[in-house]
Amino acid sequence: MADIVVKTEDVVKEYRMGSNVLRALDGINIEIERGEYISLMGPSGSGKSTLFNMIGALDTPTEGQVYIDGQNMSQLSQRQIAAFRCHRVGYIFQSYNLLHVRSAHGNVTLPMIFAGIPEKRRNEKAEELLDMVGLGDRMYHLPDELSGGQRQRVAIARALANDPSIVLADEPTANLDTVIGREIIDLIKRLNEDQGVTIISATHDLKMLDVSDRIVDIRDGLVERIRNREDIEIEVGEVGGH
Amino acid sequence: MQQRTPIEEQIDLPFMESLRISFQSLKIRFGRSIITTAGITLGIAFLVSVWTNNEIGLALQESGRQSTINTFEETTEKGISTKDIWLIVMSLIVCVVGIANSMLMAVTERFREIGTMKCLGALDGFVVRLFLLESGFQGFSGALIGALIGTLGAVLLGLKDYGLDLFFYFPLLPAQPEDGTMRLGVLVVILLGCCLGMILAVIGSSFPAWRAAKLPPAEAMRTEV
Repeated sequence: MADIVVKTEDVVKEYRMGSNVLRALDGINIEIERGEYISLMGPSGSGKSTLFNMIGALDTPTEGQVYIDGQNMSQLSQRQIAAFRCHRVGYIFQSYNLLHVRSAHGNVTLPMIFAGIPEKRRNEKAEELLDMVGLGDRMYHLPDELSGGQRQRVAIARALANDPSIVLADEPTANLDTVIGREIIDLIKRLNEDQGVTIISATHDLKMLDVSDRIVDIRDGLVERIRNREDIEIEVGEVGGH
Repeated sequence: MQQRTPIEEQIDLPFMESLRISFQSLKIRFGRSIITTAGITLGIAFLVSVWTNNEIGLALQESGRQSTINTFEETTEKGISTKDIWLIVMSLIVCVVGIANSMLMAVTERFREIGTMKCLGALDGFVVRLFLLESGFQGFSGALIGALIGTLGAVLLGLKDYGLDLFFYFPLLPAQPEDGTMRLGVLVVILLGCCLGMILAVIGSSFPAWRAAKLPPAEAMRTEV
């Protein structure tokens, strides 16, 4: 039996804007297996970021349920949700969302402070992680002193601070040029392959196609289709052949 | 789908850790903190100067001294004049609105930071405590400096009006003259100014911080200023 790590059941999300109701998600059912690299694809406004927020417990669905590790997220207490965000998931955002008052090192230690890890251990771990993403020599720089690609590396190191089993990446390459974007994708893919981290990424970057195990196409708040790696390889081949 | 290890409860951070993070935050955005604190300082300086000026006026009136300059004012009338009450009330309103505004701005521009901290596992209570500590410190230091500046201003004005007699009859401590009215004295005014500044700063910051902490992180991070 497949090891399902994320499961959504008829997830609906509505936003109220004055008298208008915008239905961003219209009943999403997906299952994601442990260790998978999943890309949520779709044009902007399709609902992929909203779905991303639901899976990461960053927002609550209007209707439907989200299960992570078999746990119904709507039944968790505030403290459990905070612990879930702290230990189980790592987030990577399009706009990095680093705390600009803390250095790269300070950003990576923050989730470990919340987890109650002793100072010595968290400093060592932050150094290890920053080394791993190739920022060993810029550890004590503030985010404003780093380039976009370097900031995203800090964000990746921070996402891994508490050894999460899932990494959620929302358009991680959207603000980066092609070469740097490729490096970031490779880094994320390495986490997936070497450490078995489940990667769930919302993207419309075609470069992310060939590293994904499955692609979930989202359109108008619904799952349009789910493509497997094999189908993708054919498509990429076709594109390359033209 | 079988249930795996249940999700544990998030721990509370030790108080010292919150203190450290809040001071670090004040230190790094020093320039911005100074501007927020200056807002508090100005509000309290205005209030305390008007109030102290009034206390000085009353004390010297009672001593039988007359202002050497403002002789045409209602100085013969006993107690606080309507004009003085108007001035104090106005300065109080300016102070309340000014401080609330500068704290609100300082928190609103940090909604994204609040959302991010929650993504990393911060409890709502931790976020509020951070802002409580930061604003309490800013409120206290800003209000204390403001009260001192305000008192100094009022003393200089008093010197101009009453000359050195001012120091002879200086209303430092509370007093109860024969007519039964109560004089607060300059020390109490300074103390009240400090308390007011601190309370306003803490409310003005913690309330929006609490509201932001209650929001789902996705919404807090969406907020544009």
